[in-house]
Amino acid sequence: MIMEVIGKSVIRKEAQDKVTGRAQYTHDYHTSKKLSGRVVLSPYSHARIISIDTTDARKVPGVRAIITGEHLPLTGESMRDRPPLATGKVRYHGEAVAIVVADTPDQGDLAANLIQIQYELLPVVHTPTQAFQQNSPLIHERLGEYDREKDVYPVPGTNIAHHVKIRKGNLEKGWAESSVTVEGDYSFSPSDHAAMETRSSTAEITPDGTIKIITSSQAPFMVKQLIASYFNEDIGKIVVDTPLVGGAYGGKASVQLEILAYLSSRAVKGLPVEIFNQREQDIMMSPSHIGLDAKIKIGADQSGVIKAMELQFFWDGGAYSDKAIDLTRAGAVDCTGPYKVDNVWCDSYCMYTNHTYASPFRGFSHSELSFAVERTFDLLAKKLNLDSLELRERNAIHPGHTTPTRVLLNQSNVGNLQECISKLRTLIRWEEGPVKEINERLVRVKGVSCSWKTSTIDSNAPSGVILTFNRDGSLNLMTGVVEIGTGAKTVLAQLLAEKLKMDVDKIYVRMNVDTQTTPEHWKTVASRGIYMAGRALLEAADDVIAQLKQMASIVLRAPIEDLEVAHMRVFIRDDPRKGVDFKDICYGYQYPNGNSIGGQIIGKGNFILRHLSHLDPETGEGKPGPEWTVAAYGVEVEFDRRDFTYRLIKAASVIDIGIVLNEKAALGQVMGAMSMGLSFAGRETFYYDELGRVLNPQLRTYRPIRYGENPEYLVDFVYTPDLQAPYGARGVGEHGLLGMPAALGNALSIAANVSLHHLPLTPELIWKTKVGKV
Amino acid sequence: MKLHTIHLNVNDEEQKVTVRSGDTLLYTIREQLGLTGAKPGCLNGDCGACTIQVDGWPMKSCLMMAVEAEGKQITTIEGLNNTPIQEAFVHHFAFQCGYCTPGFIMNGHSLIQKKPDADDSTIKEWLESNICRCTSYIEIEKAIKFALGKNKPSS
Ligand code: FES
Ligand code: FES
Repeated sequence: MIMEVIGKSVIRKEAQDKVTGRAQYTHDYHTSKKLSGRVVLSPYSHARIISIDTTDARKVPGVRAIITGEHLPLTGESMRDRPPLATGKVRYHGEAVAIVVADTPDQGDLAANLIQIQYELLPVVHTPTQAFQQNSPLIHERLGEYDREKDVYPVPGTNIAHHVKIRKGNLEKGWAESSVTVEGDYSFSPSDHAAMETRSSTAEITPDGTIKIITSSQAPFMVKQLIASYFNEDIGKIVVDTPLVGGAYGGKASVQLEILAYLSSRAVKGLPVEIFNQREQDIMMSPSHIGLDAKIKIGADQSGVIKAMELQFFWDGGAYSDKAIDLTRAGAVDCTGPYKVDNVWCDSYCMYTNHTYASPFRGFSHSELSFAVERTFDLLAKKLNLDSLELRERNAIHPGHTTPTRVLLNQSNVGNLQECISKLRTLIRWEEGPVKEINERLVRVKGVSCSWKTSTIDSNAPSGVILTFNRDGSLNLMTGVVEIGTGAKTVLAQLLAEKLKMDVDKIYVRMNVDTQTTPEHWKTVASRGIYMAGRALLEAADDVIAQLKQMASIVLRAPIEDLEVAHMRVFIRDDPRKGVDFKDICYGYQYPNGNSIGGQIIGKGNFILRHLSHLDPETGEGKPGPEWTVAAYGVEVEFDRRDFTYRLIKAASVIDIGIVLNEKAALGQVMGAMSMGLSFAGRETFYYDELGRVLNPQLRTYRPIRYGENPEYLVDFVYTPDLQAPYGARGVGEHGLLGMPAALGNALSIAANVSLHHLPLTPELIWKTKVGKV
Repeated sequence: MKLHTIHLNVNDEEQKVTVRSGDTLLYTIREQLGLTGAKPGCLNGDCGACTIQVDGWPMKSCLMMAVEAEGKQITTIEGLNNTPIQEAFVHHFAFQCGYCTPGFIMNGHSLIQKKPDADDSTIKEWLESNICRCTSYIEIEKAIKFALGKNKPSS
């Protein structure tokens, strides 16, 4: 198939707006007047609230209302364990305790500072491992009483919010067949998404009861659904508007500020109120990137064939379980990494701690579990004295194998890992070996890793597309996919242009999503935008084509089967001169005497994933996602043996992408994800004091990679089509990230000649590991 | 609370605004002049999303008070039109979410004007004051170098 538009680096539809400052994000909207909601944050991570005194605060001019937590319903996506504003006690540093609604932000700040809150400190739970211990302080005393979804399994009387079990094969048999075993413990603390646009939401309740919310979100439809259900509002009265989003990476898939903005507006008779996160608040109060403590044990025979894997994940879900429950499940279903393992035993626990609660983070548990699993793979390679890529290749997952939850893989639902590995070998010049001595101080080392990922989204998640025409025959494309930076809407326009064989410039995409007039797309997460909305789009395009042909067949007096669509015309296949332009039929056809037939053509399409199922609570058996994208990675560092510092030289990813839809956009996604992965792996973490307070809630102390600190990026693709996906494309937005922490960890472990088990991989960590101080 | 009425020259237009002593230039140009191209990212000088030009030099507008800006030539992203750097950013896909873009462009634009011969280390020195969380910086580097190259009379 020769394709005209697909694969080309079509310039993004919103490009001009973005380089001229005209692009509008949530906080850029100017309504006639909006009040400002300032949030009072908890200064402690675990403390009883003794009293809240707002007397002085109320005296500040401009203050309209002060809201505290009593009488509010509990919230939370899978389990309702979170008061929108803390009541009784606070469970993390930065938790929202009260909101001041004032005319201006500075008045709000002044009043917020005057609210007097008395706390009594409670013992702090610092890590998920500590949380798991028998004698650990309890974070939720009434865990058994919370409303929850059916497939959530909290253990009352403990800090376990959810437990996922994977039981596949026979572990005893696996150990018996193993001639070597390796084990490792790994851990890292929560960190942050640090999107450049901090979260913000504005809510207003108009006199007729319409609740209007403008929010920086990946899940505007979820906002609508949850607010309706938490507060018993009519869902049709809630309209959520999401303009361009300034970076999200999973962090804006949780619903939090919208609730606070809604409560604020409700408290001031529906006037518009904006809650805008300053950076510190965004880092501490809004949900973060999950942390993990993991224990991995692998058994293999002499040739390196894996016989058994036993894994324990203790996810640092933080103070509330919200999305951490799903993260715990996602980590379990792909727990082994992209390998054939017949005997698997995995316990994945969602633990409560006194940290900021977790939201999804690009990769949804996979970069995290990969770090633990792939480091252990390198330990195994070392023990067996095997080439580490060779070991991975020997165990690579194939069609015909089953996943940990026993999904049978076929040629379509899994990519080709072996080919990824072999392309990686070339890309990073593996034949030169992993180690190159520079001088007695410097050494250059390569580390490798592999990953896979399916998207564990709700089994009934919908996506819809509507197409309308303009009078000149050009089209408007409407989808609920949010433009969070991935270029998804431009790619959808490309798919449509390809299908209708027309100029992509004649397709206009609606950038904003508003939940009243845009068809629902579940959430813009999990690299599923193109897969789901793309399928819906193709169906809508077929619908449009059928309607166009129907009209044209009357006008041209020719059977529908003889008609073809291209270049904004419908014409007779074997006599293309005879045809009719879209513009003459898309709003009905008018005969010369004025009679008209037909009418406005509106195309619709929808998509829902097929055959996804809940997991069996005892064995984990079930189908968690539609397909598995696989990838192989390499990172090369230059390490200084004297002071344990290092420089990133090269980072490589080979991803089985199915097909490239927009080349530059795809490369941008992959390299951007790799950059984020290296940043997470090498430098990003929250530092806490003994009271569990975040010590670095600023971009000065929480320091992502900056310009010039990046390595050279090498990217290559493998093209195994996913037969269910539009043009065979697999999800790609996250995959560049997944293997980076592991590959960097593997490179540095070889370079420093010490086994590294924690993130971030700072020179200090390497030194401490060397001298036995971790 | 003390209020000041001041004149600001923004994008070659004279504007009269009334500000508090504590209002930053960023707050004033966004909230009073409606120029929302400069973005708040940290309000602490750490991210560069709020970068504008003051008398030809890049300035983090969250670190400057509005009252300090009187009598100075201020250029925001809205004042740039069809410059080589904007074109280069589009062409090289040097943004994804676009939130950091106005800041990078203003910084890069100033760099091109002030240091037309910038080498790698000068470019790094200037651009490391801004954060982009989406891209890998490779695209931004290409765009900046492309625009720098275009600016050179001889090449
Ligand atoms: S907002 Fe000014 S530097 Fe971040
Ligand atoms: S493009 Fe999103 S932060 Fe730079």
